[in-house]
Amino acid sequence: MLSGKPEAGFPAVQESPAGERRKQEATPLGCGGPGREKGRPMKAFLILEDGTVFEGISIGAHREVVSEIVFNTSMAGYLEVLTDPSYAGQAVCMTYPLIGNYGICRDDMESSKPWPDGFIVRELSRVSSNFRCDMTLQQFLEEHNVPGIAGIDTRALTRILREKGTMNGMITTREYSNTAEILPKLKAYTTGKVVEKVTCSEKYVVKPSVSLEENGPLSGSARFDREAYEKGVREPRPTLVRALNGAGLRVALLDLGAKANIARSLAERGCEVTVYPAFTPAAEIITSAPDGIMLSNGPGDPKECVSIIKEIKKLYDTDIPIFAICLGHQLMALATGADTYKMKYGHRGGNHPVKDLHDGRVYISSQNHGYVVDMDKVDPNVAVPAFVNVNDGTNEGLSYTGKQIFTVQYHPEACPGPQDSRYLFDRFIDRMRRSRDAETEKQVDIGRENGKGGASHA
Amino acid sequence: MPKNPNVKRVMVIGSGPIVIGQAAEFDYAGTQACRSLKEEGVEVILVNSNPATIMTDRDIADKVYIEPLTVQVLEQIIEKEKPDSILPTLGGQAGLNLGMELEESGFLKSHGVTLLGTTAATIRNAEGRQEFKDLMERIGEPCAASKVVETVKDGVEFTNAIGYPVVLRPAYTLGGSGGGIARTQVELEEILENGLRLSRVGQVLVERCIAGWKEIEYEVMRDSAGNCITVCNMENIDPVGVHTGDSIVVAPSQTLSDKEYQMLRTSALNIINELQITGGCNVQFALHPTSFEYCVIEVNPRVSRSSALASKATGYPIAKVAAKIALGYTLDEIKNAITQKTYASFEPTLDYCVVKIPRLPFDKFITAKRTLTTQMKATGEVMSICDNFEGALMKAIRSLEQHADCLLSYDFGDLGPEELKSRLKVADDRRIWMIAEAIRKGISYQEIHEITMIDTWFIDKIAILVEMEEALKTQELTPQLLKEAKRIEFPDNVIARLTGRSGAEIKALRKENGIRAVYKMVDTCAAEFAASTPYYYSVYGGECEVGAGEVSQVKSTYRKKILVLGSGPIRIGQGIEFDYCSVHATWAFSRAGYETIIINNNPETVSTDFDIADKLYFEPLTAEDVEAIVDMEKPDGAVVQFGGQTAIKLTESLMKMGVPIFGTKAEDVDAAEDRELFDRILEETGIPRAAGGTVYTAEEAKAVANRLGYPVLVRPSYVLGGQGMQIAISDQEIEEFMEIINRIAQDHPILVDKYLQGKEIEVDAVCDGTDILIPGIMEHIERTGVHSGDSISVYPAHTIGKLVKDKIAEYTRRLAKALHVKGLINIQFIAMGEDVYVIEVNPRSSRTVPYISKVTGIPIVDLATEVILGRTIRELGYTPGLQPEAEYYAIKMPVFSFEKIRGAEISLGPEMKSTGECLGIAKEFHEALYKAFLGAGVNLPRHKNMIITVKDADKGEAIEIGRRFAKLGYTIYATRSTAAALNEAGVKARKVNKISQESPTVMDLILGHRIDLVIDTPTQGRDKSRDGFLIRRNAIETGVNCLTSLDTARALVTSLENVGKELSLVDVARL
Repeated sequence: MLSGKPEAGFPAVQESPAGERRKQEATPLGCGGPGREKGRPMKAFLILEDGTVFEGISIGAHREVVSEIVFNTSMAGYLEVLTDPSYAGQAVCMTYPLIGNYGICRDDMESSKPWPDGFIVRELSRVSSNFRCDMTLQQFLEEHNVPGIAGIDTRALTRILREKGTMNGMITTREYSNTAEILPKLKAYTTGKVVEKVTCSEKYVVKPSVSLEENGPLSGSARFDREAYEKGVREPRPTLVRALNGAGLRVALLDLGAKANIARSLAERGCEVTVYPAFTPAAEIITSAPDGIMLSNGPGDPKECVSIIKEIKKLYDTDIPIFAICLGHQLMALATGADTYKMKYGHRGGNHPVKDLHDGRVYISSQNHGYVVDMDKVDPNVAVPAFVNVNDGTNEGLSYTGKQIFTVQYHPEACPGPQDSRYLFDRFIDRMRRSRDAETEKQVDIGRENGKGGASHA
Repeated sequence: MPKNPNVKRVMVIGSGPIVIGQAAEFDYAGTQACRSLKEEGVEVILVNSNPATIMTDRDIADKVYIEPLTVQVLEQIIEKEKPDSILPTLGGQAGLNLGMELEESGFLKSHGVTLLGTTAATIRNAEGRQEFKDLMERIGEPCAASKVVETVKDGVEFTNAIGYPVVLRPAYTLGGSGGGIARTQVELEEILENGLRLSRVGQVLVERCIAGWKEIEYEVMRDSAGNCITVCNMENIDPVGVHTGDSIVVAPSQTLSDKEYQMLRTSALNIINELQITGGCNVQFALHPTSFEYCVIEVNPRVSRSSALASKATGYPIAKVAAKIALGYTLDEIKNAITQKTYASFEPTLDYCVVKIPRLPFDKFITAKRTLTTQMKATGEVMSICDNFEGALMKAIRSLEQHADCLLSYDFGDLGPEELKSRLKVADDRRIWMIAEAIRKGISYQEIHEITMIDTWFIDKIAILVEMEEALKTQELTPQLLKEAKRIEFPDNVIARLTGRSGAEIKALRKENGIRAVYKMVDTCAAEFAASTPYYYSVYGGECEVGAGEVSQVKSTYRKKILVLGSGPIRIGQGIEFDYCSVHATWAFSRAGYETIIINNNPETVSTDFDIADKLYFEPLTAEDVEAIVDMEKPDGAVVQFGGQTAIKLTESLMKMGVPIFGTKAEDVDAAEDRELFDRILEETGIPRAAGGTVYTAEEAKAVANRLGYPVLVRPSYVLGGQGMQIAISDQEIEEFMEIINRIAQDHPILVDKYLQGKEIEVDAVCDGTDILIPGIMEHIERTGVHSGDSISVYPAHTIGKLVKDKIAEYTRRLAKALHVKGLINIQFIAMGEDVYVIEVNPRSSRTVPYISKVTGIPIVDLATEVILGRTIRELGYTPGLQPEAEYYAIKMPVFSFEKIRGAEISLGPEMKSTGECLGIAKEFHEALYKAFLGAGVNLPRHKNMIITVKDADKGEAIEIGRRFAKLGYTIYATRSTAAALNEAGVKARKVNKISQESPTVMDLILGHRIDLVIDTPTQGRDKSRDGFLIRRNAIETGVNCLTSLDTARALVTSLENVGKELSLVDVARL
């Protein structure tokens, strides 16, 4: 069921042709450990733009990379972090020190590949132990050419980022004799226009579930079928969805770097989701007459998405219910005249409390954002705060006045992190349904009016 | 929601005496909660029968009742104190059960008292097996197929339907008492019968066996508005089948992907929401190792051992927050005390790994089975923190103080692979050492996993440690290798042993290469926010976060630093009392203007709460670990006399490090322990003691014994709680005991003394170098030969005259002066007529300090601390000498946990066996005695049937005791010779057969459940008779009171003769 001793390699999946080479390298990494003498690990360095240098061990690809260094405080879910497109243009440091323990379970990927420029951990586990494990994290990073560093004091790094704010850095296996020389290069780095890198190239449809069974077993009712397992049938992951309340609804999802679980959350509830590339003209979406529009999460500085913001303004001007997450939330705010600013070191983790101002309830949320909407610049006639961060009071969501639009800064789709806010998808479905019912009523009313008119003319 | 203004007077129920399954964690929780309530201006009325606790201090609660925890007593207190609410969720299962009984009887309602926190309906839903199962079914949370049965027949029928093996869990018992796994019908019937009897409601849950699944726990908090968070999740390394209290536990979970982690987290939140718990709650899951299938094992709707662990592991003060929630606050209104920036609704996230290892009492119960089951056996636990798992495991191993410092400490090298595999099938306390050996022998991870079901990830971590042992043995010790060995926390001594060098060489090599421990902070938030808590753990490599020297640079704010060494895990012989002393000493130093630094590794204690000392280091208490802290903190002194033997043992090392020892000097501590030095002192001071000698070998011991004449007392020096101490009556026994003692290499000689049978007297005193202060003299009810910790202790001593008391006071003064004691001293004497002999002297705090402080109202630890700092007893406002006696009798009753340890010998002797104590306090001696028995759970009569079986020498006394029981209406059953003796003396006794004889035998009587009490005195020395042992074991395991000392029996009958009236109540805070 698991990879045994490291040299035993991996019985289950060895899809990549590089499998042979990897087998040899499945030695402990990031930690010292005797047994290393066979293949001494390669040194690696993390150089920050303030001149701090951390020495560690190279993991993943041995290439050099400059990026923005951020930290994530989730204790589990490194794969979901790696495959979250919002990390494009950044290198992520995990604050939890033991990473890779359960390897890579492909089913848990939030997109087709890892997006961070680099990965920084305290210790990379030399075995991967989980019944669904397909490969080791080391193999995954290599396969996708993601460089990384292990064996550094990640807590010290986090403290620097907390005190001085997010900064750029370089992960390299080269030993620079004069780091001062390369600092200007580090300072010059910007994440740039990353949305175009992460969005899908053409639109596609995610089919809705037509029965609850399709979603897999209900969490808590999962029953293990040993026979099927031994035949290699993978157990589907359990779901929390208990009703197809979205059946018959069509949602347009603007992919700004969407995590897979956004579309999945809607599809599991019965919605048909059409995913559009980020640069799709608003008109195209509007013409398709969806029941609702979702704006996804995504990477980078929201203000750089100038053309997308313009299109979103057009979406705002319709009566279609809109639900936006993270970057989508920021772009909607910018589209309606508000402003955003970059936080000192952002919120990235799975433990921030968010208060739903609608009923005062507090939920633990999954977070990943470096920018935030400036509440001072939000016109109260346009939008009012709907969610707030209990810790620092920053805005976590808006409700748009006179519109069927609500947006959140955090991640109701979880993955990684708490599933507490999944109710927001149901709220969105509710809004779509009410809006459609109102529309139908209006149609009926118009029809009735017409009928009446005809009669009077007659 | 703000605080409920109607809550002004709250009664808090404590958990009573420390027993296995209910230990110091509830003192920690209760103390934190009381302080939290007082912070809110609420008046606290505290009830707990345990005098060793900090929660029963007058500075913790406004009214303190150290009274038996029975419904009747609580009702009386409620009538007297008229609280508006009671908080029952902080006193463990004992407190919760009492709260429920008060609620169910309608007493609370009729007296206008509100049950705070979780409601009675919720508790019923969570604790009642069937209710819980139904509720789980309703919300779609799975439980293992199960049925609550009330008869053995139903249990067998149900099991036949679902198939063996099944797990049996009695409802409403502590630490899974009486439970087990049954694989056959015979086993089923046996365990079931016992479990039905032990359950408060006569119910046992029979359920599908999920042994081998991963055991995962979540600690959840919920407020009245329905907001909930998980504080922490934990993974048991030992899969389902071993009680979580006996498992090695790691936090956070290590082998769960986010999908599994969140699935179980969501389930835990669903459950707490559905149960509508307000406060803290613990949810235990079994997770199938190769699927998403899981089962909810159980929910504890209260603060628990796991929540204490979770609090220490994360820095999140669960009990404090639970108390605030009980007052009506919501999580988003309560500040996180660690960060002062975030709120209680912020889930802690860790950036380190925490390992807990249980402290099992098999060193005390050498005849007991070491097997670990669903019945908890641990008396305490240690916790360690590191940034890697291997290091945390290594630190925890050496924190146990069980002569183990690495995975080579228990040698299974002789076992072949097949034997190892077969031994691995049975979980015991040395399983990780056995796994290490299996790895050395080349048994594959997969095979070890299949046998033990321990996750491969953990097996690999053990393998990394084994590989390091090998590398150190075979490779050159390069700085790189040394650095790596230190990273995974190999102590210098182990590295020295493996590399064939000395510890000093290793230390020098480390210094040379700059390899040193650095300290990181536990801050609840993985460094995301700046935290102000001074709660640290060590790692090798990286940045040090302790602002060493930063305070001292500012001369004006410079405070002298004092290091207070804690007492490590709770074990028999070194219990919660020493934590009481450490905490009070810390507070006293703090008041005196010192910066206080605590080092300890016990997650269950008050001393490891982050706001007790100015700085807390959660570290093993070994010389090397302490030295690393000393190197950085450079304390102005250390105090060792409050932390029990754990701290005392470090005295010499501290002196070598150049740390001044505050209080009694190390050489004087030695003088008290070293036979020759001590004899010299006794000679100089003219104090008699039993004749004796020091020996190393059995031959020498026999020579001394024959010179003195049997019986003799044999014991190692420098031990705790009389460990290894035995009374020998023959050469053969000497040989046997010496062999047992010498199984562990002895650094110090073994003592052989003439055994004197007299009245045992105990004294705690404070000495300032000139004067002494004796708060009171205590007298033991049991004769010498029973360890003082297992004896009933009476204050004031009421059967000895003024002459003897004066002699004791004078001897105490002379000894304290001769040993240059500064601070505390504890002395045990034997009084025989008017003669007084000294038994032993401990120039340190003792087990009786908290008790005697409370009943005399003299704050002994505070005074000792002041004295240590140079003040005199007179300056402190006390007249030296023996203080006037209090107007109350205070009787300390030992409490045992024998029923939890299968196969343990229960007869009392020189080696301590009790796990805790309770107090009986009253103006009348008899009432105090009755209360003490009641508090210890001896609640008679029920059936008025008893069994007496005594050795010949005891027959005379047994007649007198039997007569008195008979007069109280008891029917006496006795074995042949005892019955004959009784009948001959005119005490009617029914003769019963011995076990080997035909039915009905004495055993049938016991197992027939109609016996209240068994009095069985073992034959002199170590009991070899299977009969006696079986009688005692079966009595204990069937819940029958069993006494092995006639003195105890006499005290019991005396107290029973005097019951009947309503009990008086004493507010200890007003003494």
